[in-house]
Amino acid sequence: MNGKGLLKGLGLTFRHFFATYLVDLFDKNAKKRRGTIDADGLFTVQFPEESLVIPEEFRVIPFLIYTLDENNQRKYRCTACGICSKVCPTQCIWITRKKDPETGKPVTESEEFYIDIDKCMNCGSCAEFCPFDAIKMDHNFKIATYVRGETHILPKEKLGRPLEYYAKIRPNNYAAEEAERAAKAQPAQV
Amino acid sequence: MSDSSIQIEPSSADSTYNDLIAQFPGLIEMETRPGFTGVVVSTVAIRKVMLYLKEQCGFDYLTSLTAVDDFPEDKIELIYHLYKTTGSPIIELKLFTTRESPVVPSVMPVYPGADFQEREVWDLFGVHFEGHPDLRRLLLWEGFAGHPLRKDWKEPLFEEDVKPFKSRWPEGKGIHRESLNPFNDNVQYPKEFDPNGFTPDNDESVYKILQSKIPAGSDDLKVEHMIVNLGPQHPSTHGVFRMAALLEGEKVLALKPVIGYMHRNHEKIGERNTWLQNMPYTDRLDYLSSMSNNFGYALAVEKLLGIQPPERAEFLRVMMAELTRIASHAMAIGFLLNDLGAFFTPSLYALEERELILDIFESVAGSRMMCNYFRFGGVVRDITEADFKQVKKLVEDRLPRKIDDIDLYLTENEIVQARCEGVGVLTAEEAIAFSESGPMLRASGVPYDIRKADPYSIYDQLEFDVCYRQHGDVYDRYLVRLDEIRQSIRILQQVIKYMPQGPIQTGKVQYAVRVPAGEAYGRVEGPRGELGFYVVSDGKANPKRYHVRAPSLMNCTGLEKMCVGGKIADAVTILGAVDVVLGEVDR
Repeated sequence: MNGKGLLKGLGLTFRHFFATYLVDLFDKNAKKRRGTIDADGLFTVQFPEESLVIPEEFRVIPFLIYTLDENNQRKYRCTACGICSKVCPTQCIWITRKKDPETGKPVTESEEFYIDIDKCMNCGSCAEFCPFDAIKMDHNFKIATYVRGETHILPKEKLGRPLEYYAKIRPNNYAAEEAERAAKAQPAQV
Repeated sequence: MSDSSIQIEPSSADSTYNDLIAQFPGLIEMETRPGFTGVVVSTVAIRKVMLYLKEQCGFDYLTSLTAVDDFPEDKIELIYHLYKTTGSPIIELKLFTTRESPVVPSVMPVYPGADFQEREVWDLFGVHFEGHPDLRRLLLWEGFAGHPLRKDWKEPLFEEDVKPFKSRWPEGKGIHRESLNPFNDNVQYPKEFDPNGFTPDNDESVYKILQSKIPAGSDDLKVEHMIVNLGPQHPSTHGVFRMAALLEGEKVLALKPVIGYMHRNHEKIGERNTWLQNMPYTDRLDYLSSMSNNFGYALAVEKLLGIQPPERAEFLRVMMAELTRIASHAMAIGFLLNDLGAFFTPSLYALEERELILDIFESVAGSRMMCNYFRFGGVVRDITEADFKQVKKLVEDRLPRKIDDIDLYLTENEIVQARCEGVGVLTAEEAIAFSESGPMLRASGVPYDIRKADPYSIYDQLEFDVCYRQHGDVYDRYLVRLDEIRQSIRILQQVIKYMPQGPIQTGKVQYAVRVPAGEAYGRVEGPRGELGFYVVSDGKANPKRYHVRAPSLMNCTGLEKMCVGGKIADAVTILGAVDVVLGEVDR
């Protein structure tokens, strides 16, 4: 017990303490490095004023992609095949298929599409196995509400996001999917 | 610090089986069902066979003990997995009993590590173990009716046996579970039970066991004994964990861990899920190292499927598993110091590095903690060039530096040494007997590491040492973790250097995997020890049995031994060094 180890440790905490303030003082770029691999001074950022970059693959709560047709009506990509509700580990998705009003035959469109976001565990399986790229995982994690219960069962209208939104939050995935689709369409044209 | 590792013997488990059959004629038969291995032992002989295996053959380690319910047949199987800590293949013993009156001899006299596992099987399957000294329910409360892992047990609000639930798709309209009255519809009472006349047990059974340990006849000094509950709601218990301790002054005379506060019957959920749906659920076991959990489950199911992931996927898997180990050990070290009273400075230094690793997980897998990254025969997605550079920079530049910092900061600190050295000692024999694993086992001087002893994935191609220490105290557990971080960095540097190009998935990922009938035990060296998944398939879309051999739970077996005789303040330190994660303990 001679205190040498203690002093060494204290030296380290002092180094951290001074770096916290001094690096910021002398290096204008230090603030940008916070929370990254190059951080040398202060490590944390002041959320919610500042926030870190959200990586593309980040996932919370699925959304349904739609495009607007000429009448400004939403056209969902979803064909109500039901794969997402089958793979969902918590079984939080339920779908009913729309029927043609004249013939009564089922059409490739969903009548109802609900996700219970209280149950959803953000695993991303629905997005992974959707054959039509119709359901994708969102980036918006600020979804706290004051109430729970029925309001957390989101209907199709609330789940819908325009295709442009998807292209914005996941540019690489979007580009890759579009390229694949173009490649698939190519032989048909020839 | 490290030595040449233990390698698995070339001889297969079959020679042991043949030896057993020759030794115990008429009592042991080979397992004949296709896809299943091991030998079937008759109930009367099990303890004799175990004793023979331990004393004569050197199988000193009981790793997993579990049961399978063969409903509607009147049969419950008990499955024991054993190996030698000096390196051997796993041997598997089975025992059949009836569902009507399941009574089997306890193997606790031979393997004390069977303690919690036998209690768990009693709790969830209702198999009575004769000769177990403390056969109480482990995870559920004493007044619970029924044994939930039996196939015919149905919970309140039961929907269907297996997912996908037809009641929710396509014609069903979901109901919000919480809208059902929590004091009415979701409670089931056994017949002839009057809830109004019920008085709960109030843990009398735990206290009775503790009080029985009060030593008699020490009346030269008047001593008042006291029972103190540490937890379940206390920051030092790392979750909802409770230690009921019998104290004499500050000295611990007896201590019983009380668990199950976060029990959700992961295994029953797992048996209702399809094979793939289980993957995100495994993340929630040991939530600090979800990549390792994925790894173990993927290995077990791949054994059944008979597929191998492509090389790049193997490299990615090892990369993620080792990053997880670093993150988890860094946190273990940081929070051990918290338990010692060094509030948050060390743990925040450790959390900084963990944060950077979680950033990589977030970018690659999509989530920081619930990664869900592994698939059968590969991984979900490839690592991007930018992320790969990040990992490279992290393991080649930043992490070695920062780990040296933590070393400098804590290892020679006199207070850390005074509080940790000689505290919570487990000898090598005790550690093996209690089925401790991972850093707990290696700190006691047993250099057993599954990555070397039974190499899975690409660990046989990588160069690293097995870290172990001799004293088996809290300080050595800390040092072993520090050493293991360094070895993980070494592994990562090789992974980065030799990372091949190529596909990351064998075939296409199927959401409805058809798994051939059979059984498999897949195990990985997780940050906390041996994480084993025992899965049984009957060829359907859902597992027939899905069992998790949780290292955190098994490491708690030795908790009483480590704490007794020490001060109550050290119990907190010891628990911190065991590094329990309650998501895994309670399952």
